[in-house]
Amino acid sequence: MAEAVDYRYVGTRPVRPDGVDKVTGRAQFGADQNLPNMLHGRVLRSPHAHARIKKVDVSKALAMDGIHAAVSGADFPAVASGEIGGEGGGDVADIACNIMARDKALYHGHAVAAVAATSVEIAERALEAIEVEYEALPPVLDVLEAMAPDATLLDENCFTKNLPEKPDKPSNIASVMVLARGDLEAGFEQADVVVEGEYRIPMAHQGYIEPHACTATVNEEGKATVWCCTQGHFEFRAMTSKILNWKIGDLKFVASEIGGGFGGKTVVYLEPVAVMLSKHAGRPVKMVMSREEVFRATGPTSGSVCRVKVGAQKDGKITAAKAWLAYEAGAFAGAPVMPGAMSIFAPYEIENFLVEGHDVLVNKPKVAAYRAPGAPQAMHAFEVALDDIARQIGMDPLDLRMANAADEGTQAPYGPKFPAIGFKACLEAAKKHPNYTKPVPEGAGRGVAAGFWFNIGMQSSAEVRINEDGTVIVMEGSPDIGGSRASMGLMAAETLGVPYEQIKTYVGDTESTGFCNVTGGSRTTFATGLAVVQACEDIIAQCKSRAAATWSMDEDQVEWEDGQAVPAPGVNADVKPLSLADIAASAPKTGGPILGRASLNAQGAGASFSVNFADLKVDPETGAVEVLSFTGIQDAGKAIHPAYVEGQMQGGAAQGLGWALNEEYIYDANGVMENAGFLDYRVPVASDLPMIDTEIVEVPNPSHPYGVRGVGETPIVAPLAVAANAVRDATGTRINDLPLSPPRILAALGDD
Amino acid sequence: MAKVVFPDHLLTHTGGEREIEVAVANYRDLLVALEARWPGVREPLNKAAVAIDGQIYQDAFLEPIGADSEVFFMSRIEGG
Repeated sequence: MAEAVDYRYVGTRPVRPDGVDKVTGRAQFGADQNLPNMLHGRVLRSPHAHARIKKVDVSKALAMDGIHAAVSGADFPAVASGEIGGEGGGDVADIACNIMARDKALYHGHAVAAVAATSVEIAERALEAIEVEYEALPPVLDVLEAMAPDATLLDENCFTKNLPEKPDKPSNIASVMVLARGDLEAGFEQADVVVEGEYRIPMAHQGYIEPHACTATVNEEGKATVWCCTQGHFEFRAMTSKILNWKIGDLKFVASEIGGGFGGKTVVYLEPVAVMLSKHAGRPVKMVMSREEVFRATGPTSGSVCRVKVGAQKDGKITAAKAWLAYEAGAFAGAPVMPGAMSIFAPYEIENFLVEGHDVLVNKPKVAAYRAPGAPQAMHAFEVALDDIARQIGMDPLDLRMANAADEGTQAPYGPKFPAIGFKACLEAAKKHPNYTKPVPEGAGRGVAAGFWFNIGMQSSAEVRINEDGTVIVMEGSPDIGGSRASMGLMAAETLGVPYEQIKTYVGDTESTGFCNVTGGSRTTFATGLAVVQACEDIIAQCKSRAAATWSMDEDQVEWEDGQAVPAPGVNADVKPLSLADIAASAPKTGGPILGRASLNAQGAGASFSVNFADLKVDPETGAVEVLSFTGIQDAGKAIHPAYVEGQMQGGAAQGLGWALNEEYIYDANGVMENAGFLDYRVPVASDLPMIDTEIVEVPNPSHPYGVRGVGETPIVAPLAVAANAVRDATGTRINDLPLSPPRILAALGDD
Repeated sequence: MAKVVFPDHLLTHTGGEREIEVAVANYRDLLVALEARWPGVREPLNKAAVAIDGQIYQDAFLEPIGADSEVFFMSRIEGG
């Protein structure tokens, strides 16, 4: 393990730069952009979960007073199959049909037409005047039923991918995948105990508080500007470009402040529609989703069925593990089953394993990324099975995990050997944590589980500009969801050696800063941070050069220390050090403005592991679960701004507990979601949870100058199994399916 | 010779071969060698991530590959 390094600014906890504007209401979110002559766009959505669209006629809506544009699928160009680089949310042809249905409505709430009017009320009246002729088809709502050979097909052209040969017949199984190693049969023969189970989890939504919103304006030259809440305005621009067949250069995207995304704002829904409406109307168009639309038509994460079989010896050594995963993709291919399969066994060294995954179409909204997409469902199943193994062999659940823990050099189930990782450090921290060493409260149960996410790097750009007085502007293009502006500022302060307060960080639009992939995959602090550090190093090189010229020295005779240029050791010179402010003040005479920049495709994002545990209490009369305490322990590599890392850990725990205890899409037989609002789709509120305790473990990532590992996604992975295992401990009853809602718990306890 | 391993979903492009040994200097040369061996394999490999000696690259280019290197192709990771 690398030694901890003390920094002056990295690792401190300054007040967030966007904090005051957010608490005073000054911050501009997606729905806050208003323009003169602006119209309001609304979307007509399918009342059927599955239907052929025979005809869409918007003429009566267009004839209404106050209506300036009406569009349907026929107004959008055909889009060729292909991927958007980075995090595109699937095939762009599918995204195009998702934002505006063409010949088929594939889920209840699927967009079929849109209008722009002088008011929201007029727009909604106009939707009623749009004539749509549907041929209703039977909806396919259950992932296992969808896989049956005689199932109704969502897409007659869907032939299962990744099979040795193209199948004879189409299917709702969009793709399959397999990961395998060793000899499964021999592994199970070596086992003293074997646990087997099937675990079901329904669809759940990211639950961001801010609904999707955008404003688009197309000028007389056919160039558009779009303001929107997004995790990645460059990729929104690319998707809109592909969907509308416009040049990227004719589209400018401006990211607003964002009220949560969690993966759900990595893909477009409204933006191409708003551009199309604005083009038709010749006026700006604002579109804001209702909460109900957010639930019905934007990306939840996959519902899943996971079957797991695991064998272990009495000493805890896992001898074999097998998993079968079926994930709901929703209406279009792209369930995160591959990352689920790659992550399910990732924390452990297992010689013999097999994972089979299935990406399955159902008549539900097209899934979108949700924190560590695919990992929570699969890892819930395995971590629950491990808990049962620990019970059967009478072993502490942390000791069981330590007996199998992956470490540096372990061959990951998905291929390569791990570099330095922090899983064992997290287990050790958990074992001696005061919340773990204290006894389980009377009547409660304790659950333990591990979490994992790969993390990614990808493309980022940054510019650092030195103002005339030596203050610093950092300009980058990663929408700030989790506090990244503060982290960028801290890394810039540390690298330049100037106070954090001297630095302002901005997220530029697509025309004022270089390309950045989405804020997702836990990449921003790692990859955009790397770009910021390199841009600062560029500044330092320029400053050293200017100081050398000022002092009539060679550049290698100058060093940069504590924010100033000084003669290198051994250089005999009677000169006063030149601070950044000194060099900025003399910049007109030494070459002009000082501007540093960097652009990169960051590689080597280090994986982040976690260990979580909690004490829960179950009310046997109501079935309600009370969370008494929850402890998250996670390897952050190096926490640039520890409060934000803790916030990610706490937020992920809250979302994971919500998913575990209450959240689920409930459908009627016709495929209509029955709980499309926060009253009936119950996310945890402050009164539902205790303060989430956190401990940051720091095993530096060697691929980042400060050792950063992404931290945003791993925290949601473990809480599902933590809750399941704690409820098992509290009640003596194992409940395989989520959520552990009062009705399910009462039913399970009643069965006993 | 570097060890190069393909995941299950790429085996249709490698004639079913899961593991081979190749002598190349860097990732770019590896792609050239693989394309020569299995024409058309470059396209799916360009959509894959690759791990070279434990380090995962979503987009590798000139990363060196030594005689003892282990190279694993794998699915690209996205995230939320």
